[in-house]
Amino acid sequence: MELHTLTLYEAQARLKKREFSARELTESFLARIEKVEPQIKAYITLTPERALKEAEEADKKIASGDITPLTGIPLAIKDILCTKDIATTCGSKILKNFVPVYDATVIEKLKKAGAIILGKTNLDEFAMGSSTENSAFGPSHNPWDLSTIPGGSSGGSAAAVAADECIASLGSDTGGSIRQPAACCGIVGLKPTYGRISRFGLIAFGSSLDQIGPLTKEVRDAAILMNFLAGYDPQDATSLNIEVPDYTSFLQPDIKGLTIGVPREYFVEGIDPEVEKAVREAIKVLTNLGAKVIDISLPHTKYALPVYYLIAPAEASSNLARYDGVKYGYRGGKNENLIGMYKKTRSEGFGTEVKRRIMLGTYALSAGYYEAYYGKASQVRTLIRKDFEEAFKRCEVIVTPTTPTPAFKIGERVDDPLKMYLSDIFTIPVNLAGITAISLPCGFSGDGLPIGLQIIAGALEEKKVLQTAFAYEQNTEWHLKKPTLQTTTSKQ
Amino acid sequence: MKITRHQVEHIAHLARLEFNEKELDDFTQQLNNILTYFDKLKEVDTTGVEQTSHAIMLKNVFREDKVRNSLGLNLSLKNAPEKEGNCFRVPKVIE
Repeated sequence: MELHTLTLYEAQARLKKREFSARELTESFLARIEKVEPQIKAYITLTPERALKEAEEADKKIASGDITPLTGIPLAIKDILCTKDIATTCGSKILKNFVPVYDATVIEKLKKAGAIILGKTNLDEFAMGSSTENSAFGPSHNPWDLSTIPGGSSGGSAAAVAADECIASLGSDTGGSIRQPAACCGIVGLKPTYGRISRFGLIAFGSSLDQIGPLTKEVRDAAILMNFLAGYDPQDATSLNIEVPDYTSFLQPDIKGLTIGVPREYFVEGIDPEVEKAVREAIKVLTNLGAKVIDISLPHTKYALPVYYLIAPAEASSNLARYDGVKYGYRGGKNENLIGMYKKTRSEGFGTEVKRRIMLGTYALSAGYYEAYYGKASQVRTLIRKDFEEAFKRCEVIVTPTTPTPAFKIGERVDDPLKMYLSDIFTIPVNLAGITAISLPCGFSGDGLPIGLQIIAGALEEKKVLQTAFAYEQNTEWHLKKPTLQTTTSKQ
Repeated sequence: MKITRHQVEHIAHLARLEFNEKELDDFTQQLNNILTYFDKLKEVDTTGVEQTSHAIMLKNVFREDKVRNSLGLNLSLKNAPEKEGNCFRVPKVIE
């Protein structure tokens, strides 16, 4: 068995038994990256020398018995998380040369636990997109079909896991940016409750929606990572000061008596029949395991998309005002006055989608339109949140498709922003409500593309999400399927 | 028309962005399409509904007003596109 195909759980057990070293494990991934990366393009920056050095440190720790479940585990990090001394671009020209002077809290935690960073993964610029096509460094490719998108915005993180270019990765999810690419690439992606993981060092997009989370090969690996990622951080005023449970203790495959709600609003217009069929089959599997399925309604679902595309751009327009060519990043407009310099910097530095959202957000917040757009959207957000509160009085988890269709072709939706936005229609409500959800594989389309199952639970109910997902995974084999990649012969 | 080309130019100025003629046309059309789609929200009766600006109900978060380590001058200036001495260098602000 090749080491790069191992799950995190398997690798940590075998590292502990000294069956192989952290260095050998890391080398296996570096070799795999060299082979498949030319086709996948999952990474923006690779850090092989650092990784090998970190692997040697990990081996020393393992030898001395100073070991955590992450010691010597090679991970990939979405290039929106600040990594000290490693370029952090956000997939943008404006941050092309930005090298953070501190680590994000989650990076600090991973390093302390002995994890190894292989590199920084591709994303839609500033996490704005559903396909990685908005990256200034070019798109990543879906390992299941190189002509399709890997999803986004954490598309590089998802593709890297699916193509065995890392054991697991970190992403961020503002409207589905962990779950949608996980679904497209046939892997597991968890979006934790808002505030569960510190956002310090996560470059901001929509501050009331952004949340960091793991992308993994199996549900168990997501639980292992959560044990290290979750927790209060005084550096993030919105992080929750609530005790962190042992997430691996929730991996109990028994879901007898669990009540699952299936919202009728998620099986309507626009859903691909193959996706619907796979999700209905998955619900049957859960029923056979003893869960009780009930029909529920989330009546404001159809308003989630417009609410999101007002609130997220409004927050983004404010967050992205900091890119002014003064403190860091790209500067344009030599010989211009101050305003001219700002305009040149931002117009040359940002890509089209980012500009579109800044414009939309600035408009929604501008005098005379604030109440009609931002104010109204914030009110409807309350109604969406209440839909979930009502639903969770009757059921413990909600099961839906993660995306309305499997991965689409690269280039197919770039000219139609509204159509692109519809890719996130089933994931957005969860962010607006601040609750938690997971995506895991539940089948394939006729074209061999993965289909994702979304399991949603209330705030801080990661337990229910992980338990239901684990039960499903233990009784199905979708997560064991691997894409066949034609590897290029390495140059000798 | 939800938003005119003239308004798009004004919003661009507020956002410190500038566009060529074609981009202005494209943005005007796209923003109109998107804003028209958003009209859906008008159907919803929100009389008396509170706004959610944040998913979790946080009250003011306080901490001790203590001196802590900061980045320091060198690290703060490290990523500056232009600097001079101990300062960020910017174009002349006062005419």
